Amino acid sequence: MDTLDLDVALTLRSFRVELALTVERETYALVGPSGAGKTSVLRMVAGLVRPDRGRIALGPRVLFDSETGVDRPPEDRRVGFVFQEYALFPHMTVEQNVAYAGGRDVADALERLHIGHLAKARPTELSGGERQRVGLARALARDPDVLLLDEPMSALDTHTRAGVRAELRTIVDRLDLPVLLVTHDFQDAVVLADRVAVLVDGRLLQAGTPADLIAAPSDPFVASFTGANVLTGVARAGPDGLTEVVLDGGGLLYSVDEAAGPVYAAVYPWEVSIARQAPDDSALNHLSGPITSVVSIGNRARVQVGALVGEVTTASVERLGLATGDRVVASFKAAATRLVSRGVDGRP
Amino acid sequence: MISRRLFAAALALATALALAFLLLPLIAIFLRVPPGDLVAQLGSEVVIDALVVTAKTTLIAQALILVVGTPAAYLIASRRFRGRPFVITLVELPLVLPPAVAGIALFAAFGRLGLLGSTFDALGFTVALTPAAVVLAVTYVASPFYLRQAIASFEALDRSLLDASRTLGAGPARTFFRVALPLASNGLAAGAALSFARGIGEFGATIMFAGSLQGVTQTLSLAIYAQFDLHLETALALGALLVVTSAMILLLVKLIPSWTRWTSTSPSPFARFGSS
Repeated sequence: MDTLDLDVALTLRSFRVELALTVERETYALVGPSGAGKTSVLRMVAGLVRPDRGRIALGPRVLFDSETGVDRPPEDRRVGFVFQEYALFPHMTVEQNVAYAGGRDVADALERLHIGHLAKARPTELSGGERQRVGLARALARDPDVLLLDEPMSALDTHTRAGVRAELRTIVDRLDLPVLLVTHDFQDAVVLADRVAVLVDGRLLQAGTPADLIAAPSDPFVASFTGANVLTGVARAGPDGLTEVVLDGGGLLYSVDEAAGPVYAAVYPWEVSIARQAPDDSALNHLSGPITSVVSIGNRARVQVGALVGEVTTASVERLGLATGDRVVASFKAAATRLVSRGVDGRP
Repeated sequence: MISRRLFAAALALATALALAFLLLPLIAIFLRVPPGDLVAQLGSEVVIDALVVTAKTTLIAQALILVVGTPAAYLIASRRFRGRPFVITLVELPLVLPPAVAGIALFAAFGRLGLLGSTFDALGFTVALTPAAVVLAVTYVASPFYLRQAIASFEALDRSLLDASRTLGAGPARTFFRVALPLASNGLAAGAALSFARGIGEFGATIMFAGSLQGVTQTLSLAIYAQFDLHLETALALGALLVVTSAMILLLVKLIPSWTRWTSTSPSPFARFGSS
């Protein structure tokens, strides 16, 4: 199987998508907020939207090249596309939907995704997870050279989501294909993808493994998108080989990262602990202030103290009797504080 | 309290008045002549001739409307091009055009001395005052009813289904026949029924352009007018026939959407446990 190479530019209503990507035999996720141009990238690969300029190739097979004027129609691209709401033909049964792709063995295509028993059902009779499988079976029925998944999780209920996501990962892992998927949910990307690229306003901010992005976000948007707090301040060399950051909002913190000048400091909520008094432990960073909000999410609660959000167990909230307005100290380790230089082109 | 009752009474009165006014003339047709006589009148030569002319010309006109109108509506619905609002206005124009204007316009275009009249003459046939003229007149006034509905039906299609078809290896033609056409079929059928009804009732443009020759260009509507002075009973019988036909078409249109209802998402919660 071949790799997917694309280097395209497309002007949308309010911004321009400019993107170069290579997808090997792996699952590659394009993540970003809604309206970042992610779906347009998939549509360009499928031939449903024509880039202003650029080149799209699957191995040696050129699908689009503005230089040489190559522009294959969608039906000749051998691209498997699973649409956001799966786009199953409502006037056909599951079997007819898959047969539409013209694959050799419809029964086998259904069996590979364990939906043989649904062959005679209509799409409207299926659950979200089943529809996703039919969409996949149909997209894979023609043995495509690349699989495109547009927000594969967005049409699912929250309670079925986790299960379907894990199943999709298993299915996709068995494919020996480049898979390019688009999602606005970083958690989906973490579970499904080998590599992740963050796309905002048509621009690629950072690409890497999900772990890379969480551990070392190169951009405050990436940091907040993956769930981190982002504080702004000015960095300078501090004691013990640490970097000292004077926060814009007042206060001081330390980081093991090296930096000087204006920086963003990123810390994950689950690295922040909350106490009534500054604890005498290994955490170097203590920011005190009144609690502005306490939001519980199941057995966890997010407690906001000034610009910082800490994630603690609801049991701790109850034990400490934390309530809005209480003065508390939020603590986190210098080793858990990531610094990103705030250059001239940095996002505010 | 009083004003509330008064208002309710006013609403009921207005509704009763409107319904009575709309229904009374229709009922009058059937009351004027005993039903047995009405049926007997339908066997007369004038009525049979008119039926044959109407059936022939309407069928040809409808075939033309469907065969040419459907692909045209698909193109207009699926492309965004400069001048599209103008094209749509053009399609809708015959809807508001007085039928007499349509008749004189068709005469000016296809009549003996018209724009294309000499061309037709050279080819050896005349259009005006022939069944072909009836077909043209019916097509001209009835086609916008179909076109408008067909454009709306194609526009309402879920674009991602058409896109999906393309990525699954189907070219534009296969996508049209296998996906767009079946999914728009309910709307297309409703449009066809409306244009059919309008075609049957066509009068003004036909009488101006095709004349009213019994057995040649005299349709049911024209026969009513012709028989009005001669045999009122025949005219009433023809009227009754058209009332029944129109009512049936209207009923059909109302029933079409409930034939089948397809949705690509959000199934009814119990659908899974029903049929499969």
